[in-house]
Amino acid sequence: MRRRLPFSPWHLLLMPLALIFVLPLVQMVLTSFMTTSEINQFPPKLIPTSLHLEGYRALLTESRILLWFGNTVLVSAIAVLSHLILCSLAGYGFARLKFAGSGLAFLAIVATVMIPIQLLMIPTYLMFARAGIVDTLAAAFVPWLASAFGIFLMRQFFLSLPVELEEAARLDGCGTLRTFVKVVLPLARPALATLAVFTLLSSWNDLLWPLVAITDDTRFTLQVGLASFQGTRRTEWSQLMAGNVIATLPLIVAFLVAQRRFIATMTFTGLKG
Amino acid sequence: MAITFAASPRAGSPRSVPPAARGRRGRALRRNLTGWAFAGPATLLVVGLSLFPAVWAFFISRTKWNGIAPATDVGWRNYQRIAEDPGMAAAAQHTLVLTALFVPASILLGMLIAIALNKRIRLIGFYRTCIFVPYVASAAATGILASFVFNPQFGAANEALRRLGLPAQQFLESPVQALLVVCVIALWGEVGFCAVIYLAALQDIPRELVEAARVDGASGWRVFLHVILPQLRPVTVFTAVWQTITAMQLFDLIYTTTRGGPMNSTQTVVYYVYELAFQTQRLGYGAAVAYLLFAFTMLLTVTVIWYSRRRGSEAF
Repeated sequence: MRRRLPFSPWHLLLMPLALIFVLPLVQMVLTSFMTTSEINQFPPKLIPTSLHLEGYRALLTESRILLWFGNTVLVSAIAVLSHLILCSLAGYGFARLKFAGSGLAFLAIVATVMIPIQLLMIPTYLMFARAGIVDTLAAAFVPWLASAFGIFLMRQFFLSLPVELEEAARLDGCGTLRTFVKVVLPLARPALATLAVFTLLSSWNDLLWPLVAITDDTRFTLQVGLASFQGTRRTEWSQLMAGNVIATLPLIVAFLVAQRRFIATMTFTGLKG
Repeated sequence: MAITFAASPRAGSPRSVPPAARGRRGRALRRNLTGWAFAGPATLLVVGLSLFPAVWAFFISRTKWNGIAPATDVGWRNYQRIAEDPGMAAAAQHTLVLTALFVPASILLGMLIAIALNKRIRLIGFYRTCIFVPYVASAAATGILASFVFNPQFGAANEALRRLGLPAQQFLESPVQALLVVCVIALWGEVGFCAVIYLAALQDIPRELVEAARVDGASGWRVFLHVILPQLRPVTVFTAVWQTITAMQLFDLIYTTTRGGPMNSTQTVVYYVYELAFQTQRLGYGAAVAYLLFAFTMLLTVTVIWYSRRRGSEAF
């Protein structure tokens, strides 16, 4: 073994890289507290003279950002809850219950992963229009009620569990649903957490579905709201950055708090997805 | 509860069947109904929101339709038109350039970052957090932030160039540079994902393997080339496929930075589909272009998987 050096040369690579990745986010937060004249100064400054709240004030009064925030929270909450219930049920079904057509159904689900969203955009819009959910929040959450990835994740997890516990519960007279709820689900907490993180990220950050199906600005999600606000306020940088902060801060805080869970989710997406 | 209806073993069993067989058949029916009660809702949603519309999109792609007037059947004409459409040729070219820049860059950078983050040095937790955090920012927010950072008048990018004594650039407002800048922004948002995957793969490499090579006198570089790199092959195949799909379907970022401009220089195929379908209401032609993209993605993915299987690495 080599002796550990007090200063590793890898710092010379990692320090600039870390700054490149994190500085734009820092600048986003700092700029949201600047006044327009401060932003337009030459040469540009990074630190605001004091915490100016004009950007936030204008954003709150001139746009419906709080409403959009509420919409996004609702959409994400429904998406996560529905994913946890439906995907864990389906994952258990495909992993443990041998039923007619399960192979074919699972194959169909896996095959959908390859279909690009742009192909689905047009017919899905038409489906939503016929179902009468265009311009409602349902258009934002219906695509996230369940996903092939979620089913696959839960199935893989249940396959990795030992069967003996479930068989013991069965012998004690538990039905399939009771066994699932009382015995299997409590063991599945790590997989459920991964699933929740995945669904939260995807539904919170989704732009395309709500963009296509929602034009009423009281039904916008945060992402659509940001994009439309950007279209009208091309130069109001403090307001735009304030909007960005409001839209990304919840996820960034969640990431900082539960970093291990997030990284486990990214790893699973990559290695098994 | 949804599965209570499964508890009727008598349903569908004729009277003449002997009791033992009836019981068996009843159990099978019950098992099937229970299974479908568990898997049915999610399966229905996923298949109903992807396979079904995908098939429907094919029928739409064979029509001329603005979404309001009745659609007229035009057979394969939409597909023939793709070949003669200069807008499509430009969009395809931009998509290919973007993919050709983005995929190798994200693999090399992701691998390099993962190797660096795998070292046990001080501040490593801080570095990891910094490098992974952009991944959770939405593409929409990233796009808005990037249009500020790369703003020609008061953006940080030009300020950095000025401090280095280099001339200011137009970035997203220049038809020559915009696509490259979009690629850089996409890398900023997505490279963390590649790095996480490579990091997990690096940590899975048995330590004895590396130590054995070192004992045999291999230098750091040779260990990397002959021991570590081959172990990363399956992950690299996966990352290549995944990032190719990401690059070819890049939409949100383009929507919030350039909206296809300037002078259509960042108009990619997916952005073209969006414009055709939702801005110029040419649903049939839009669906045909989307189908072509699907076919191309599929072909590329299958080729890569087939090739990597033949070479003996199991990524899928």
